[in-house]
Amino acid sequence: MKVSTSWLTEYISLEGVTADELAEKITTAGIEIDGVERRNKGLSGIVVGYVKSKEKHPDADKLNVCIVDAGQDEDLQIVCGAKNVAAGQKVPVALVGAKLPGLDIKKAKLRGVLSQGMICSAKELGLNDKLLPKELQEGILVLPEDTEIGQDILKVLDLNDEVLDFDLTPNRSDCLSMIGAAYEVSAILGRELKLPDPAADLVESGGSASDSISVRIEDEDYCTHYSVRYIAGVKTAPSPLWIQNRLMAAGVRPINNIVDITNYVMMEYGQPLHAFDGDKVEGSVLSVRFAKDGEILTTLDGQERKLEPQMLVIADGVKAVGLAGVMGGLQTEVTDETINIVLESAKFDGGTIRKTSRQLGLRSEASLRFEKEVDPNAVISALNRAASLIARYAGGSVHENIVQAGTETAEEKVLTLSLEKLNRYLGTELSLLEVKTLFSRLHFKCGDAGQGLVEVQIPTRRGDISYDVDLIEEIARLYGYDNIPTTLIEGVTTPGALTSKQSQRRELRRLLAHGGYQEVMGYSFIQPEQSKLFPALAEGKLSVKLAMPMSEDRSVLRTSLIPQLLEIARYNTNRRQSDLALFEIGNVFFTDEDQLTRQPRELPVLGLLLSGSRASKQWNVAVQPVDFFDLKGALETIFNHLGLADSVVYEGDAPEDYHPGRSASIYLQGTEGRVKLGTLGQLHPELQRGLDLEDTYVAELLLQPLYSNARTNIQYTELQRFPGMERDIAVVVDSAVPAGHLLASIRENGGTLLQNVQVFDVYTGGKMESGKKSVAISLLYRHTDHTLTDEEVVEVHDRVVSALQQTFGAELRK
Amino acid sequence: MKEKLEALKVEALAKLKEVTDPQVLNDLRVKYLGKKGELTEVLRGMGGLSAEERPVIGQVANLVRGAIEEIIENKQEAFQQQETQNRLNAEKVDVTLPGRSLPQGGIHPLSRVVQEIEDIFIGMGYRVAEGPEVETDYYNFEALNLPKNHPARDMQDSFYLTEDILMRTQTSPVQVRTMQAMKGEAPVKIICPGKVFRRDDDDATHSFQFHQVEGLVIDRHIRMSDLKGTLQQFAQEMFGPHAGIRLRPSFFPFTEPSVEVDVSCFKCGGDGCRLCKQSGWLEILGAGMVHPNVLEMGGYDPAEYSGFAFGMGVERIAMLKYGIDDIRHFYTNDMAFVKQFKGI
Repeated sequence: MKVSTSWLTEYISLEGVTADELAEKITTAGIEIDGVERRNKGLSGIVVGYVKSKEKHPDADKLNVCIVDAGQDEDLQIVCGAKNVAAGQKVPVALVGAKLPGLDIKKAKLRGVLSQGMICSAKELGLNDKLLPKELQEGILVLPEDTEIGQDILKVLDLNDEVLDFDLTPNRSDCLSMIGAAYEVSAILGRELKLPDPAADLVESGGSASDSISVRIEDEDYCTHYSVRYIAGVKTAPSPLWIQNRLMAAGVRPINNIVDITNYVMMEYGQPLHAFDGDKVEGSVLSVRFAKDGEILTTLDGQERKLEPQMLVIADGVKAVGLAGVMGGLQTEVTDETINIVLESAKFDGGTIRKTSRQLGLRSEASLRFEKEVDPNAVISALNRAASLIARYAGGSVHENIVQAGTETAEEKVLTLSLEKLNRYLGTELSLLEVKTLFSRLHFKCGDAGQGLVEVQIPTRRGDISYDVDLIEEIARLYGYDNIPTTLIEGVTTPGALTSKQSQRRELRRLLAHGGYQEVMGYSFIQPEQSKLFPALAEGKLSVKLAMPMSEDRSVLRTSLIPQLLEIARYNTNRRQSDLALFEIGNVFFTDEDQLTRQPRELPVLGLLLSGSRASKQWNVAVQPVDFFDLKGALETIFNHLGLADSVVYEGDAPEDYHPGRSASIYLQGTEGRVKLGTLGQLHPELQRGLDLEDTYVAELLLQPLYSNARTNIQYTELQRFPGMERDIAVVVDSAVPAGHLLASIRENGGTLLQNVQVFDVYTGGKMESGKKSVAISLLYRHTDHTLTDEEVVEVHDRVVSALQQTFGAELRK
Repeated sequence: MKEKLEALKVEALAKLKEVTDPQVLNDLRVKYLGKKGELTEVLRGMGGLSAEERPVIGQVANLVRGAIEEIIENKQEAFQQQETQNRLNAEKVDVTLPGRSLPQGGIHPLSRVVQEIEDIFIGMGYRVAEGPEVETDYYNFEALNLPKNHPARDMQDSFYLTEDILMRTQTSPVQVRTMQAMKGEAPVKIICPGKVFRRDDDDATHSFQFHQVEGLVIDRHIRMSDLKGTLQQFAQEMFGPHAGIRLRPSFFPFTEPSVEVDVSCFKCGGDGCRLCKQSGWLEILGAGMVHPNVLEMGGYDPAEYSGFAFGMGVERIAMLKYGIDDIRHFYTNDMAFVKQFKGI
């Protein structure tokens, strides 16, 4: 809301307060002032002149030589290039020595002819030409005929005005009007208000309005009050300059006297008004009803709108003539030929207007105000005020009586506030008198209810105040938050802590970061195609779509972290950052339902990506590409750290979108039995090629099973006091036999004496028979309470070896 | 015999003096002092000497042996030193060449900031509460005093999945869930960090996905002045001991009174600079006293309990703290960006 200080002084004195000071005070009291616009962009020495004559310049086709009476001692000769300049006009004249934005006026010769000044256009005066009537946007600014010659243009156009830009929060729609703004300023400055009497100059004549128009509301839930006045015999013309000036200061374009007055009163009272051409309203009736399905209305902006049944319209006896509270219809628009008008003032339901305006993508100054609920007590005031201004500035007679339907006024609410609660709530020690003084500055009537209680009457313009805490806020903001003390919470102390899950998540982050992985953060929304990738965690569940995505690229909730990790990898690879070790911890989303009726499942997941070289190019380290076992090693480190190393099993079952020979599903044998933990492996070469990536390895783990199975209490194990005995074996088996199975067999048969078992070499090709491989394994035997004898070791070791021979057909290599 | 010994000494010392090679030295040692060496050879003839002569010659022989041994030892030591010196020279490295680094990853700047905020509030006795990113309209809006058609929903353009299910636009629903889970028990002291989503077109300062940390305290007798004290303490821990705060009235449907909280600019100390746009203050938080409707819906009687709530944007704080000029960097994950946030 743009609030002109010049206009504001009609209601309240601003003497001794600069616009900047006022802006600061209003901001501190709760409404942020976004800026102070000075309408005078640096003008001086410009006065109103009268063009006495216009002759063609002797040596230039496009120039004219004008003789201008600018109230100086002598008439001035001014060369002017504007097409629209004509004798008989009143125009702004920059005298010699005048200043305009970026321009100083000097005596000059133009093509040999003396020019003693300049006739100015609106733009040259620093006016926003978008707010000017169309005919004045080009050429010089033509002023009304009755403008006084020689008068300073700053006065004529009210350019010494400063305009405050109120950035209103949704609750303060009361300040969407000059009078509302004046109430606020009055409360802040503690100064008197003088408000206009809306019907002061109103004279009714010419018969009863009800003979010319009747009104009806179909459902009062959506329009509580609908009122009109009938004004006959108006003449449309430009409005007086003072109205135009104020509208322009408020950012509204002047159009004609009728429209300008409805806008002026809307700005003044916050009550939107609409004028219909009375002779185009068929059946002499206006009714408020919902649109018929498929009904069509062409609005004032020339757009044909297809209406829906939940949109409120104003209809005459035949058709819809306006979108209630949003925009009027083109057919009943006030034009230069209009003689009789029906002037409307109403209170429509905010929610309904809001929905309609949303649905049509059509927002107007009117809908903006109705959406936030207008003051029910302003409906008639605004109607009368506008009628009286129209009668005065557009002629016409205001017929007797207001024609209306619905309720006229609303009751003022009364709230009770306890002084004790107020002080306890704020931590202040305000007295009853201080509180009452603050309320009186707000123009809230208040009375003593005894026992420290105050009864406060809430004006209907302040629809935002419903609870005692709202009153506490009014007191707090006027009293000043700086004056509220700073205290510490009293009462019992509480221990602060992370939950076990939160601590573990932090631990994972730390572990991975220290292990060389960089944390990244992707978006929760992905492309529909991406949601089909890496379905292992989804296990047949469905993805979830946004109802109205901002783009197709971000339209589905992610079902896996991997697609985004790949996006990030691609982005960085394209920027020559291709040695990547990434991780992300975030949620993935699934549902079982075709039609969502409840929240989808949200599962926390750890995603990892590895690509490029193990170490960057260094002088003393060979550049080696990463492989499957680098990533698997990272996972093993995590499992080991969480005490889960022995509970995790890898199965090479070729999960979807992975390289079938270089990928695995991961299972956890936990407290709830065997659960699928996730997947790991190289990208499927086809997918990898499509993404234009080098060999890339990814993994994805569900975190919940890790959190719930992780070791949380560390227990010391006694240190070994007796030496162990190491045996190395190399066994030749079919290539297809997984090493994990060999190790499992060894562990099973090694019993308690087997302390450690480790693969230290795998060999194929060369001298090896094809289809065979040699696996070299190191075994460590140890007893906790004595030094092992050869016999003991031989016994268990033979058992281990013969099990390998029998189960896997293993041959021992010598 | 004595002359023989003297001659031997002269010859040996002369030869040893010339030696430059450890092997030659060893050969000479054997030649003169070995079991079959020349000195031993000479001494073999001692048997033929008289009892008077024997000690005299013995003494001379010992002197000769001592002299030869001494020069050999000296020589050996010199050779040893030489060898050490050679080795040291050979093993010299260029200390200015870079070393082999430990693997170094890092934590995302947003995670870092969230952790920092969490730790400050944990130190003040808060617990960390979390909730779903997909919420119901009830928890995201209605239970926070934003009934359908409330004008303030304008500020919250949202991503809906269905008419009733949406991506949360704030982490405040976690506050309601926590209140309901606590079943009227007091005090409640939580912070709620997490991702939130709003229909904003992405630009340098807007992102449709961002992070918030919100806080909630409920007890008997919680005052607005406590909110001031709490945020003052937070500001000092987050932005340094000289940070001050300023409250400006504002509006949020779930708090009343509502305030915007500015922190004095930590870059210029309040004098005015580019970061704070010459105002000396940085807008960091929204806060207020919990609206009675919200308390009630959370199961706390507003006649008995009061509370305060606050919320801040993590990206904004990270941008101010690290001097980042574009919010989109956080989600583009350029390694050149995310790897910058190391150190303490």
